This record gives sequence, C-alpha cells and structure tokens, in this order.
Amino acid sequence: MSRLSELFEQKNKRVLNVYCTAGYPHLNSTMEVMNSLQKNGADIIELGMPYSDPLADGEVIQNSSLIALENGMTIDALFEQLATMRTSIHIPVVLMGYMNPILQYGFEDFCKKAKSVGVDGLILPDLPLYEFEQVYGTTIKVNELDFIFLVTPETPETRLRKLDSLSSGFLYAVSSSATTGTDKDFTKVAMYLERLKSMQLKNPFLVGFGIKDKASFDAVNVYANGAIIGSAYIQALSKGKDVETTTKTFLEGVLSN
Amino acid sequence: MHLFNELTNYQQPSEEGYYGQYGGAYIPEMLYSNVETLKTQYLQIMDDPAFKAEVAALLKDYVGRPTPLFYAERLSAEIGAKIYLKREDLCHTGAHKINNTVGQIILAQRLGKKKIIAETGAGQHGVATATVCALKGMECVVYMGEKDIERQAPNVARMKMLGATVVPAKSGSKTLKDATNEAIRAWINEPDTTHYIIGSVVGPHPYPDMVARFQSVISAEMRTQLEAVTGSALPTHVVACVGGGSNAAGAFYHYLNEPTVELVAVEAAGHGVYSGMSAATTQLGSAGILHGSKSIVMQTKDGQVVEPHSISAGLDYPGIGPLHAFLYESKRGTFMSATDEAALEWAFHLSEIEGIIPALETAHAFAVLPEMNLKPTDVVIVCLSGRGDKDLATYMQAMDMK
Repeated sequence: MSRLSELFEQKNKRVLNVYCTAGYPHLNSTMEVMNSLQKNGADIIELGMPYSDPLADGEVIQNSSLIALENGMTIDALFEQLATMRTSIHIPVVLMGYMNPILQYGFEDFCKKAKSVGVDGLILPDLPLYEFEQVYGTTIKVNELDFIFLVTPETPETRLRKLDSLSSGFLYAVSSSATTGTDKDFTKVAMYLERLKSMQLKNPFLVGFGIKDKASFDAVNVYANGAIIGSAYIQALSKGKDVETTTKTFLEGVLSN
Repeated sequence: MHLFNELTNYQQPSEEGYYGQYGGAYIPEMLYSNVETLKTQYLQIMDDPAFKAEVAALLKDYVGRPTPLFYAERLSAEIGAKIYLKREDLCHTGAHKINNTVGQIILAQRLGKKKIIAETGAGQHGVATATVCALKGMECVVYMGEKDIERQAPNVARMKMLGATVVPAKSGSKTLKDATNEAIRAWINEPDTTHYIIGSVVGPHPYPDMVARFQSVISAEMRTQLEAVTGSALPTHVVACVGGGSNAAGAFYHYLNEPTVELVAVEAAGHGVYSGMSAATTQLGSAGILHGSKSIVMQTKDGQVVEPHSISAGLDYPGIGPLHAFLYESKRGTFMSATDEAALEWAFHLSEIEGIIPALETAHAFAVLPEMNLKPTDVVIVCLSGRGDKDLATYMQAMDMK
C-alpha cells in the first residue's frame, strides 16, 4: 500500500498538505523546510519543482520559483538533496511541477528517480487527461507513483469521475477556477464541495487554492478530507526569520483548536 | 508513437491539435471547460454561413481587404527576381493582426463572452484587439511586457485611446512570453465570462489552427491576385517573418499543400544566431512545452525557458507555433534568419527604394532576399505584415547614429 493510501486509512479528516518550493528560500533549504513541516504537523509535503513559466501559479509561488532557480535549483540537484530524505521524512511526499523540465530530464528517468528516492506521487497541472492516457500514465503507474489530478467547479461530472478513477492517493479539488494564492469567498465554493462529498469518489479529496489560515482550513474541512496550503506558507517563509520558527508559528496557527 | 499523425494535409492538425509531434493542449484543468468549448465549437461556428458573411463584411469595409498585391519593381531589379509584396501593412491598424481579431471577436460574441483579454508583444495585436473591442462594445484588457511598453509607446497610447486597459507584465523577461503567461493566468481566474484572443498561432489547441484559419485570408487573396497578374496562382516562393508565426501561417496556408511553392520563414537572429542574444527558435530550440502546446522552445538543458532577444518586440519570443515546428521538422518549410542589424538596414532600404516603411518584424523577411539565390524567373511573394509607424523611435535612433 502506498504511503498516501496508508495515511488516509489512518486519518481521513483534517489532513494537511503543505506546499513548499524546492531550493527556497535557499538552495539547501529544501530538507530543512521538509523536516520542519513534518515536525510541526503537516501530513503531506507537496514539493514544488521550480519552473520559469508556472502557468497555474500566482505571484507568490512564481517569485519563490524564480528565487529557487536563481539559487541554482534543478531536478538533478533536487534528487541529490532528496537522496537520503527517507532517513528523516516518514510522511508522504508528492512532487508538483510542470511538464517541460521533466521532459528535458526524460520522463521515464524522472519517474524512476523519483520512486527511488522515496517520492510517493506526482502533481503535474499541465499534464492533461488526454496525454496522461495516451502517453505518460503507463510510465507513472509502472513506477508505482500515485498521480493526483486536479478537478475544478467547472469539471463536468463524467470527466470528474474519470479523473477520480485515474487518480490515486488523493484528488486535488481546486476551490474555484483561479491561480494559486487567489482570495475567494468560501461560502461560494461550499456547494461545489458538498457535491464532491456526495459523489462517493474513489479517492479522498483535498482542497487547494486560497487556503491560507485556520478559518479557511476549517471551512473546507466541513466537506473535504483535508486541504493544501501553498502561497500563504511561502509568504510566511519569505517574511519569517528562520525556517523552524516560521513553520512552527504558521502551522500552529492553522491547526489550533 | 501514436500521437504522430501522418500529415499529408498540412492545413489540418489531428483532432487533438497535433501537427506531427507538435501541438496538443497542455493546460491546467482550470482552463479545460473554456478550451473544450472552443475546441468543440470553433469549426462549426467558422463554417456557419452567417458567421462567414459577418467576418467577410468587416474584413472588407472595416479592415480594408483585399489588401493589394504590389509588384515591387526596383526591388525586383535589385534582387533579380519578380518580387510581389502582400500589403498587410495597409490593413486598418497597420498590420495583419486584425484579420484574426475580427474573426475571434465575433466568435467570442457567439460564445456569449462579455470580456476580452489578449497578450501583445509589439502592440499590434493589442491594438487590433482593442480596436475590435471598441467596435463591438466589449471590455478589453491587454497584457504587455513592461519592457515592450517602453519600446512600443505609440501602440500603448493607441490601445488606451481605444478604451483598453493595458496591464504591464512584470515577471520574467518582461516581454511577450511573460505577457502571454499573465494573460493565461488572467483567463484561469475569470474563465466564465472571458474570451482570450491569442494573437499568434501558438497556445493550446484549437488556437494554432483557429488563428491560422482566420489569417489564411492572406494567402487566399494572394492566389487570386497572383493568378490575375501572372496567370498562375502559384509563386515559386512565399517569404514571411516568424515570431509565433501568425502572418507566416496566413501567407503559407493556401500553399501548404502545393509542394512546388517554397515556404520561407524568417526568424529573428538578434545579434547573431549563436550570440546568446537571439530569438531564432528553430535553430536554438528543442522540443518542449510552452504556453499550452508542444513545439520547439528555446530552453536550458534543465528545461527552463530562455529569455530571447530581438530588436523587434513582435519576434522576441522563445517559441514558435506548432504548425511551423512541424514545417521545420518535416522540411516543408525553409527556415532562415536575419539579425537586428540586417533588419534595420532593410527597413531603411525598403523605405528608400519602394517608398514603404515596414515594421521591424517585417523588415526581417526582406533581409534574407539576397541570400535566397533567386533566379530571374522566380516569382516571390513577401508578406509585408505591418507598417513601421510604431518603430519610428527605433528608426530615429538609428538615423542619429548614422
């Protein structure tokens, strides 16, 4: 059983997935950030691989990606940093990134390497369903990586069911059509999340985009199995003193009762 | 690989938008509904006789089509071949870009959209979009690189006068690539009410095919006009500059399946193809994904998109439309390049010998004529894609330095 499946078997409420950008704030911060996230209560780490043209990301993650690239982050460098990750990290780790850098690395090599360092799954927002089915899906499955599709309020039901059936680990429910870090009124997405909840999906679902604090985390957890926080944490890191203090304060705020 | 379709008809990509291995729609799920709607409806809408009539009427009475096919006598004598100029510079707003925006604005109305967004490099597409939005009373937001806003000030002023909001793209190289990213992000944030008018034959399927079809009016007219003058619709060569490649796609379109016609695409070599300051994508790029489609992309070995350079904002783009990538790979197209210096020189030269001040982008197409080894019997059509008014600041600077 995959680490993600195990996690959701043990915990299917208030699962917290936190996004961080590899190589940010410093090239060698990656493991420090991940350890700190694990220590302070994150259930899943979504590790972003920086790209020059991140279409689905808002300003905050764009900036962190740019800094990470300037710091010298590459996929090669990342796999080196993650080589001994499993000596300290026991929670699931999913890589998030865009297709182009992965294609240049070699898609198959990428999947093999990811699996070998202990990565559990992939989130690739610009790998659409058609290409997944035609070309890339098999390689992902052969390498026993979970693949997490995004669904939105506009995704038609038949397509949503198909994306659910092809996903494993969890399903990424985009709170509303938006880039990351966009503020949205959660009362408006409640109906969508209610619908998702009532659909009896194969996968648990986590809500992402616009989750930034305790209030928004609590609001979506009424319906979802958990949520994904990205921009708000990156913003905190960019302003905070050191990684551990910032992460501790930030996650305490989100998870407090 | 099963995605590779056997293209014998270059005008028609596969159902999923592939020209050979290039094309497709690599878009986040947030754009799926919008792009799917376009994909399932564009051909049907474009085939509708009422739609066709509406577009044709605007192209005639508003844009001023057909644009002339002009025999350039002095240029022909100098080069030693018969050279015709397709005068897209005479279109309303000064370039071919409006052929596409006229079509897409009516299409957007059919889709019930209220707001238009667009990206622009040199500002010609932005102006063409702002123009049709004013005409149809639709809200218009144009994303433009901060660097391009500086170097194309007259077009920024024109867009504002036409009622558009110009939003500076401040990320990355602050040019066309980044303006396109910002426009796509804006579309993701407002998918229901907004239509994105892409200005070139780039982006996710169906944009490359849709824009090529709207621009194909250029070569449709070329055929009729050339036949009237020479008795044959077929030239030996068609020459056009290529950034994303919309004027080239339009000028090539009705000749794509005519193997005797050599299609010459001219890229911007900047300071020189291998100078590190260039936008010659096919020469420097490799297969990659940019702005929602697979094509040839200028990138590092790590797959980060490279900042290109060209003196002309309209060619300053690290990608190329998937149709052109396929023309390059299949060798159906001949790809050449011209430097900043050669383009500038030819902008002045064309002005002096034909009385036509071309856009900097267009000047690149002329710069390769001496290198084409043309024969006196050759019949060459150069797509004169735009006029040079917007580049006057650059031209004035060049005159001061002479």
